[in-house]
Amino acid sequence: MKKKLTPSRVVFYIVLIVGAFIMVMPFYWGIKTSMETLPQSLQVPPKLGITSFNFDNYKAVWENLPFATFFWNTIVMVVIRVVVSTVLSAMAGYAIARIKFPGVNLIFIIILIPMMIPGQIYTLPQYLMMSKLGILNTITALVIPGLASTFGTFLMRQFFMSVPVELEEAGRLDGASPWKIFTKIMLPLAKAPMVSLAIFTGLGSWKDLMWPLVVNSDADKLPLSAGLALLQGQYTTNFPQLMAGSLLSTIPMIILYIIFQKQFIEGIATSGGK
Amino acid sequence: MHSKRMKRLDSRAAWGYVFVLPTLLFVLIMNIWPIINSVYISFTDASGFSTPHWIGFGNYVKIFHSSLIGSASINTVIYAVVSVVVGTFLSLILAVALNEKMKGRAVFRTLYFLPVVSTPAAIAMVWRWLLNKDFGLVNYVLSFFGIKGPNWMGDPHWVLTAVIIVGIWSGIGYNMIILLGGMQDIPSEYYEAAQLDGAGKTRQFFNITMPLLSPTLFFVLVTSVIGSLQVFDLIFVMLDKSNPAISSARSIVYIFYDETFAKGNQGYGAAIAVVLLLVILVLTMIMMKLQKKWVTYDK
Repeated sequence: MKKKLTPSRVVFYIVLIVGAFIMVMPFYWGIKTSMETLPQSLQVPPKLGITSFNFDNYKAVWENLPFATFFWNTIVMVVIRVVVSTVLSAMAGYAIARIKFPGVNLIFIIILIPMMIPGQIYTLPQYLMMSKLGILNTITALVIPGLASTFGTFLMRQFFMSVPVELEEAGRLDGASPWKIFTKIMLPLAKAPMVSLAIFTGLGSWKDLMWPLVVNSDADKLPLSAGLALLQGQYTTNFPQLMAGSLLSTIPMIILYIIFQKQFIEGIATSGGK
Repeated sequence: MHSKRMKRLDSRAAWGYVFVLPTLLFVLIMNIWPIINSVYISFTDASGFSTPHWIGFGNYVKIFHSSLIGSASINTVIYAVVSVVVGTFLSLILAVALNEKMKGRAVFRTLYFLPVVSTPAAIAMVWRWLLNKDFGLVNYVLSFFGIKGPNWMGDPHWVLTAVIIVGIWSGIGYNMIILLGGMQDIPSEYYEAAQLDGAGKTRQFFNITMPLLSPTLFFVLVTSVIGSLQVFDLIFVMLDKSNPAISSARSIVYIFYDETFAKGNQGYGAAIAVVLLLVILVLTMIMMKLQKKWVTYDK
């Protein structure tokens, strides 16, 4: 069926385009302002086009705040959390779905409970734990609460439930141990849901603001999300520099997103129980 | 032979424990214990400095008499209702639109999804600038239409609206993708059959898309309600502590953070978290009950 360009279709396109414009405008405006000097940014009326290509604000922000450290802390936090929690989720999800052992249902229920509880319940006790361990203001404290994922375990359990039993039965007849079956047969099959889960948890840690603010107060132990909030306190009204800082901390993820678009979108769609 | 089989079964079970143990231990230590601990702390006057004393329901009584909590609750409910209703409606329209085969679909999808991959702190800052009353782009655009834009960030009547706008803007793409996923699971034969019967697009939407999408829509609604009741990041970054209008935008979780970690009233803060937990659990249960009225699960 060929679609003709009817008036209703034109309206439809216009709405979509206006919508897309509203979604993109803040990014454009941030980039534009970040390359202006303070007086340029305060012109009334503002110039809608890009007026200058000047990277001084980026330099200033980079020099005045430990941005390189923020980046490093973020990468360390996200990578460790993603790798460890994805592997643990796959292991636990597989066991709950496929290995019959006493207590498995109770264990599954215990793992499900936190999915229904708002995170603020954990924040204070977790903070007190880090404080007792004497690891406040460390990267370790930043990483710990994301090392396992109840949601991830649930997701992987759902996936392994859907894998045909015949696939592992062959391995079982050959006398392979559950570890071998898991690593040699199941994990390769689970690549797609694991990538989805990794993206979902990675995005979550990347964006998390409250935990870093609570557990670390030293600037050089903060990830980007919280470091950026710090920037705001320093330059409350210097918008060109604030924009430069915001973009510096957002662009890496946007680049990743543009490269791995398909996986990102599948990762998010998966979180909706697809 | 028999004993060998038994041994194999046992070792299989043992592997089961090995596989779940790390996650189980983590959940017990980092989730289950904190739940118990938070409830306990909420019955004490813990402040992090002196030994905590048991004060019974003292913190809860204080919560119900606090005008600060009262106004934060109203702010949170307004934020949740408006952002969930408007946000879900807009993402549903977008999902329907982008479900059509058309030119540029992938580009639109990419653009609408951009805010989802951006840091909330960055989003909040860019919008602070866009909504600046004198130099912001939004008020400049409004002036084309002869509207004098308000002092978004400084006027108590507008500051919550500003936060809601940014909240909707940053959440639309996420819900759109989930709804699109649900729509793509609807078999196209249904639409083809409806077309043969002469049903128009609107009829198709209400008679096919809506019923078959209702489980996904329900998921989106529940997660959005829960998420919006926990709004914090945007408010924390968009509004300075010294902002005179902040009391018109402070949310429950903002107060929780402020009391527990800025002021050190841990007992009181824990009680706020427990109340929020109860509210969310009750709401989720109500939504689960109500879903029977409109959500259709096939098979």
